[in-house]
Amino acid sequence: MKSGSNLETVLNSGEFAVTAELGPPKSANKEFVIKRAQILKSYVDAANLTDNQTAIVRMSSTAAARIILDEGVEPVIQITCRDRNRIAIQSDVLGAAALGVKNILCITGDHQCFGNHPDSKNVFDIDSIQLVSLLKMMRDEQKVLGGDTIKTPPKIFIGAAANPFADPLEFRVIRLEKKINAGADFIQTQCIFDLNRFSKWMNMVEDKGLDKKTHILAGVTPIKSYNMAKHMAENVSGVSVPQEILKRMESAKDPKEEGVNICIETIEKLKKIKGIHGIHIMAVQWEDIIPEIVKRIGLYPRPQI
Amino acid sequence: MIVADRKPLQEILDMVEDCEKLLIVGCNACVAICMAGGEKEVSELASLVKIAKKKQGKNIEITERVTERQCEEEFVKEIEKEIKGHDIILSMACGVGVQLIAKMYEDRLVYPALNTKFMGLPEEQGQWAETCAGCGDCRLADFGGVCPVARCSKNLLNGPCGGSVDGKCEVDPDNIECAWQLIFDKMKLLGQVDKLLKIEPAKSWKTSRDGGPRKVIKEDVRL
Ligand code: SF4
Ligand code: SF4
Repeated sequence: MKSGSNLETVLNSGEFAVTAELGPPKSANKEFVIKRAQILKSYVDAANLTDNQTAIVRMSSTAAARIILDEGVEPVIQITCRDRNRIAIQSDVLGAAALGVKNILCITGDHQCFGNHPDSKNVFDIDSIQLVSLLKMMRDEQKVLGGDTIKTPPKIFIGAAANPFADPLEFRVIRLEKKINAGADFIQTQCIFDLNRFSKWMNMVEDKGLDKKTHILAGVTPIKSYNMAKHMAENVSGVSVPQEILKRMESAKDPKEEGVNICIETIEKLKKIKGIHGIHIMAVQWEDIIPEIVKRIGLYPRPQI
Repeated sequence: MIVADRKPLQEILDMVEDCEKLLIVGCNACVAICMAGGEKEVSELASLVKIAKKKQGKNIEITERVTERQCEEEFVKEIEKEIKGHDIILSMACGVGVQLIAKMYEDRLVYPALNTKFMGLPEEQGQWAETCAGCGDCRLADFGGVCPVARCSKNLLNGPCGGSVDGKCEVDPDNIECAWQLIFDKMKLLGQVDKLLKIEPAKSWKTSRDGGPRKVIKEDVRL
C-alpha cells in the first residue's frame, strides 16, 4: 500500500469506487462543512475538497479535510498549481499529511480571470504533471524537489485529472499517459455528458493499455435545470453537453428529477466500461442528492474494508 | 520588438497638470513600428495635450523630439539641450527609454506616456501579440518553435490544460490561441509528436526575472 487510504484499499480490492466533490464554503463556517460531510458519510469512499475552485476564494481544502476527517469521511484534497509555488505546495503537502490526509488530486487550476480576484498574479511555477512527479518523489524517494531528505515522508495516494472533452483529442491521451508515467495512482475525469466523445477517448486509452496502469474514475454531474445545462454547454470551457440532453432538460416536467435520471443512465453506461474503476460525482451545490444517486445505481452500501 | 500602447489621455494630463513647458520625446525604434511612440504619435499627443490645456484655460509650450533609439546614451545626448531646458519630459519610448533619460538627467522629471506591454509580433494591421517572455533559457527547439512560457496563459510545459477548445484558450477564446494546440499541430507536421511524451521537469525560473534583475556580461568584450 502506498498510502493506506480507504480509496486506495477499495480500488485495489477491485470494487467499483465512489467519490464525490465537496466544495468548501466562501466563509469560515465549519458547520457548513460538517453538514455536507454528514450527508456524504457512508455513501462515498472519499470526498474531494476543491481548491478555490474557479479561482473563487474559499476555505482551504486542507482545513476542510481535517473537519471531514473528524466526521469520519476520508478526504481527497485538490491542489492547483495556480496559487502556490513549489515551496508552498510542498509545505502544504507535509502539513496535510500530518493532519491525516492520504489522497491528493493534482490539477492545473482554472485561470484567475474566472474568479473573484481577476487582478491577482498567478503562479504556475510547476504544472500538474510536474506536481504528480513531485508528490511521487516526496513519497517514494523521501525527498523534496530541491533534494533535501524528508525524514517522515507523506504517504499519499496520488491523483490527477483528465479531460476527454478538451482539445486536441489525441493530446488528451498523451497527457493521461504522461500523468500515469509521472506517478498518478488514480484519475478523476471531467464530468461526462457526451458519451460518444468519452468512448472515443476511452478506446484510445484502452488501446494503449493505460486503463491497466491506473484507476480511472469517471466524473458525472447531476444537472438541476435547463439553465444550468445551457450554461455548462456554452460557458464552461472543456465541458461538452450534447443536444439530446439539452432537449430532455428543456422539456422535462420535473427538471431536477430528469437531471438525476440522466446522471443515473450515464453511470449505468459507464459502469459497463471495463477500464472504469469508479465514479466521481460532482454535484455542484447539490450534495444532498448524492445518497439518492448512489442508492439508485446500487452502489450502496459502500464496502467496509 | 517591444510592443507598447499609449496611456489614456487623462492619465497623461494628470501627470503634466502644472507643467507649462513640456518636452515630448518619441523613439524611432520598436515603439514607432508598433505605432505607439514614433514621430506621428508624438505630434498627435502634443496636439491633444494642447487642446485639453486650452479647454482648461491654461497655457502650455510643447517641444517635440524623436530620438533614433531612446535606449542608448549617444542618441539621447543628441537632445540634451532640450531635456535640460524643460521642466517635464514626457517620454514616448518603452520603459527602458524612460529610465535611461531619468538616469542621465537626475534633476529632471521624466514621465512615461506609454504602457510597455511585451516582446511580440504584429499579427495583422493594428494588432500585436506577446511572443517571448525573456525567460533566459530558450526552449523553442523542443516545442516546434512555439513558446509555451509566453504564449500559454498558464505557462504549462507538459501539454494543454482542460480549457483548450477548438484551438482557443479558455482565458479569452475570441482572442487568444491555445499555445498547446499550435505546438501540437507543429510537432505533428514535423513528425515529432513523440517528443511531447517526455515529461518536462519543473523549470528553473532562476534564469528568468525570479533570479532578481538580470544582467548579461560578456567577458570577451569587456574593457
Ligand atoms: S522559451 Fe523563454 S526565451 Fe524562448 S521564446 Fe519562450 S520565453 Fe522567450
Ligand atoms: S487553454 Fe491552452 S493556452 Fe490556455 S492555459 Fe490552457 S493550455 Fe495554456
